[in-house]
Amino acid sequence: MMSDRTRYTVVRMAALLCGLAIAIILPRTVLINPYIELVLKYIGINMVLTVSLNLVNGYMGEFSVGHAGFMAVGAYTSAVLTLFFIPPEWEMWCFPLSILAGGAVSAVAGVLLAFPSFRTRGDYLAIVTLAFNMIIKSALENMPAVGGPRGLTGIHKLTTLAWVYVAVVASVWIVRNFVNSNLGRGVTAIRDDESVAGLVGVNSRRAKVAVFALSAFLAGVAGALFAHEIQFINPRSFTLIKSTEMLVMVYLGGVASIGGSLLGATVYTLLLEGLRPTLQILGISQEWRQVVAPLMLILLMIFRPRGIMGMREFRLFKPRDERRGKPVKEAEP
Amino acid sequence: MKRLLLLVPLVATIALLSSCKPATEGGAPPPKTTGDTLLIGLNTELTGSIPVVGRSCRNAAELAVKDLNDAGGLEVGGRKFKVELMVEDNEDKAESATAAAQKLVASGVLAMIGPNASRNAIPASEVAESAKVPMISPWSTNPKLTVGARDGKPKQYVYRACFTDEFQAAADAKFVLNYLKSKRPAILFDVSSEANKGQAEVFKKTLEAGGTPPVAFETYTSGDKDFSSQLSRIVAAKADSLFLPNYYSEVPMQVKQARRLGYTGPIMGSDAWSNTEILKLSAGALEGQYFTMHYAPDRATPLCKDFMTKYKAAYQQDPDDVAALTYDAFGLLFEAIRTAGVVDRMALGDALRNTKSFEGVTGRMQFKGTGDPVKSAVVLQVKGGKFVYHDTVNP
Amino acid sequence: MTIQLLLQQSFNALQLGSVYALIALGYTMVYGILTMINFAHGDIFTVSCYLALWFSSLFLAIWAGSPPALVFAATVVCAMLSTAAIAVIIERLAYKPLRQAPRVSAVITALGVGLLIENTMVAIPGIGPEPRVIPNLLSGTDLQIGGITLSMAQLLTIVVSAVAMIILDAIVRKTRVGIAMRAISWDSRIVPLMGVPIDRIISITFALGAAVAAVGGTMFGMAYQMDPYMGIRIGWWAFISAVVGGIGNIRGAMLGGFVLGFVEILTPTVLRSSSYRDMVAFGLLLLLLVFRPTGILGRPAAQKI
Repeated sequence: MMSDRTRYTVVRMAALLCGLAIAIILPRTVLINPYIELVLKYIGINMVLTVSLNLVNGYMGEFSVGHAGFMAVGAYTSAVLTLFFIPPEWEMWCFPLSILAGGAVSAVAGVLLAFPSFRTRGDYLAIVTLAFNMIIKSALENMPAVGGPRGLTGIHKLTTLAWVYVAVVASVWIVRNFVNSNLGRGVTAIRDDESVAGLVGVNSRRAKVAVFALSAFLAGVAGALFAHEIQFINPRSFTLIKSTEMLVMVYLGGVASIGGSLLGATVYTLLLEGLRPTLQILGISQEWRQVVAPLMLILLMIFRPRGIMGMREFRLFKPRDERRGKPVKEAEP
Repeated sequence: MKRLLLLVPLVATIALLSSCKPATEGGAPPPKTTGDTLLIGLNTELTGSIPVVGRSCRNAAELAVKDLNDAGGLEVGGRKFKVELMVEDNEDKAESATAAAQKLVASGVLAMIGPNASRNAIPASEVAESAKVPMISPWSTNPKLTVGARDGKPKQYVYRACFTDEFQAAADAKFVLNYLKSKRPAILFDVSSEANKGQAEVFKKTLEAGGTPPVAFETYTSGDKDFSSQLSRIVAAKADSLFLPNYYSEVPMQVKQARRLGYTGPIMGSDAWSNTEILKLSAGALEGQYFTMHYAPDRATPLCKDFMTKYKAAYQQDPDDVAALTYDAFGLLFEAIRTAGVVDRMALGDALRNTKSFEGVTGRMQFKGTGDPVKSAVVLQVKGGKFVYHDTVNP
Repeated sequence: MTIQLLLQQSFNALQLGSVYALIALGYTMVYGILTMINFAHGDIFTVSCYLALWFSSLFLAIWAGSPPALVFAATVVCAMLSTAAIAVIIERLAYKPLRQAPRVSAVITALGVGLLIENTMVAIPGIGPEPRVIPNLLSGTDLQIGGITLSMAQLLTIVVSAVAMIILDAIVRKTRVGIAMRAISWDSRIVPLMGVPIDRIISITFALGAAVAAVGGTMFGMAYQMDPYMGIRIGWWAFISAVVGGIGNIRGAMLGGFVLGFVEILTPTVLRSSSYRDMVAFGLLLLLLVFRPTGILGRPAAQKI
């Protein structure tokens, strides 16, 4: 007889696999067309990006404004791998490796960024991350081997809705487990008060390195998926503008909340895409689309500053012991 | 035990996913013809870093469609159709250009015009090609647009209405060598913009082939406002001609600073100069200089004059080259639809590719089985504060 | 590379640095008093350029024939007043409600306000995306000293900026408003208890910062060009200037502005190529921040545990 716990796990697995099946089958039906499929993929990629940035900005309380740099590293690494090093027949099988490689290289970059964060905080760290973003963009522009400012064309379209789904599920799973682990709780302790956290035994250096590495990894994965979807990347895709978009999604959804990140990404992507036909129907020129997004952000910040989800979380993402109604286990005497 | 439980679905997932091919079929819905209206899509840069281009493009598109509808519409195989324009903003971002193209395809357009900037046009062209929906870019001069990235073969559904960078830059170089008789040419270009960089490189190659390598090959990055170091080096190299294949919003500053630093020779430009705003911004500093463009407003054919008058009346400003090329892209499209005789994208593609001669606002165009037209360029001079025709360069 | 080139470029750097310094002042003052990075400040600078354009066209039209210097003075004054007004309106509408909210909300709102300004300017039919130039009202003969060209416009930019900075410094150090501003930046909870009208002082701070930026905006619009999207880059550069100099410190902001101007102009001169400029500039910045995190003139913040 299965214990509650095992049954619970099995049910969740089954649900996730159903989702996967839908992700595989749906694009082949007539229910959605390539445009809708594209929007769904964008939502997914944005979800991974938002979750990754929320790790640094939400859970750790820092202010990273250069995350597009990590995305760029991941995108370019995986694109270079599939373009130059993987023979075409093996592409589909090696795609997950290419994505992981992109994430890994990005994680190394993240670790590099962790070092300045030991000494600086807040606004100064913001500049460091911005500088980092610009250095990466500038470096890419000066590398003719990866196309320089012209970028890389001809990347094969390997990103399917299924892969995006897997990436989203994996990101959520990783982050949820990280945040509720000892190291992860140390991270939120650092956010609340770094000195006190040190006093209770949190190794802040280790925590910071872990967070930056993980965050960069996820952003790199998103970048890899992005590159293999639009089939063309250039340094201009990864500037401050992209970083700002990521910030908007994080704060829209709510800091320190996985559910918030998913929500923020979805709402933002849908809002911008949904405004296309809406403005057309209303006869308003398309330029105003770009005005609506920041306006909504401002209104949201004034009336609901913590974002849609605030610091709350969907029940699904909390550890079982912490959900309302379940008594916390007392320590054995 | 728990580990194994997790591992099995994981492996199964990866196996399942790897054996799935990504959906490569375009699956574009057939072109919409409800109510005797044909839908044409416009994918343009209304916001982003080149909104001027997007605006001109949209103005010209609306004018072209309006003219056609006022004249009774499009006659295809005996039936008359009105044309409806569907405008999408690609925000000057590659991912939005792709999304806009996909949206247009999903909405059932017969064909798409735009994007204009090569960095947006190239990704959008992948969508067009795989969905088998004809796409004409009015302004993109990057050779990679019409060529398949992997197989190097010409794309079947992607066209442009302008000449390519290679043709233009080679023409510029020959002008500088033969007409300006330059012995010590210099170049200052934007290394972070593919069009500028491509043109500068072809220019340099043509110069070297002609036996006169450049004495200075200076670069800057988009957004720079100060070029004194590069220009000082150019002056120090005693250059006697300066090629500035740069966007009209940057050239005035470059020219003013060059003069201030002591450069006295002639200056050559490319089609990126062709917006009359450049005259306002440079306040006379460009008097007497040359550049290549897609058409000469003062040598205008009656067709061109007619277009310029109508554009000015509707939008209170002179049309720039983006506007003229967009107008021609539509003209080309309409003509090809008529020739094809049926509302069918493949037939349309064939008709476009084999256009023997289309007389547009920007001159005569001929397509020889690929997406690149055979077209002449004109060299214009800034005289008396206006663009004045100087010479024609034929391919 | 000659000494001449170096000197010429240093002069250019002084001009550019002056503009950055003026904008950096706005950032630093608002940060000092509210501990908030007003990311919309770069766009307020852009708005000031457009206002200066509008006023200069207006004055040139109605006072045709009057000396350009007069038009220039009138334009600067009007630009300062109108930009200050806009800044105060933004502060009241968007930032005041967030004073008790976590700092991050205010920052995000500021980002939003910046984007809003840019995109609204592009969407409004009259303004639109085209780059524009203010007619040069400061033209005069250029000075030629030992092979270096010093244009009148550049000289006046540097001089006028310096005057503005001196006046601002005096305001902050000598007047009651200035003392109140500095007091609030030390401890914003106690000061209102002493009868200082904190809301008014905050609004004045914004207004001053914007007015000073407007001075820079007028001259920038004449020397270079303006377009609605330039606020991003210039704003970030000025923000970095403020941080490099030590954010919250007015003299630091001025210093930082000049440092950044020099880095931006001299890097391509020394390195013979503009492509590495961003990399080098930011690399140097990173190093500075690693070894001196609070900026050049900043005071290390002691944290009370």
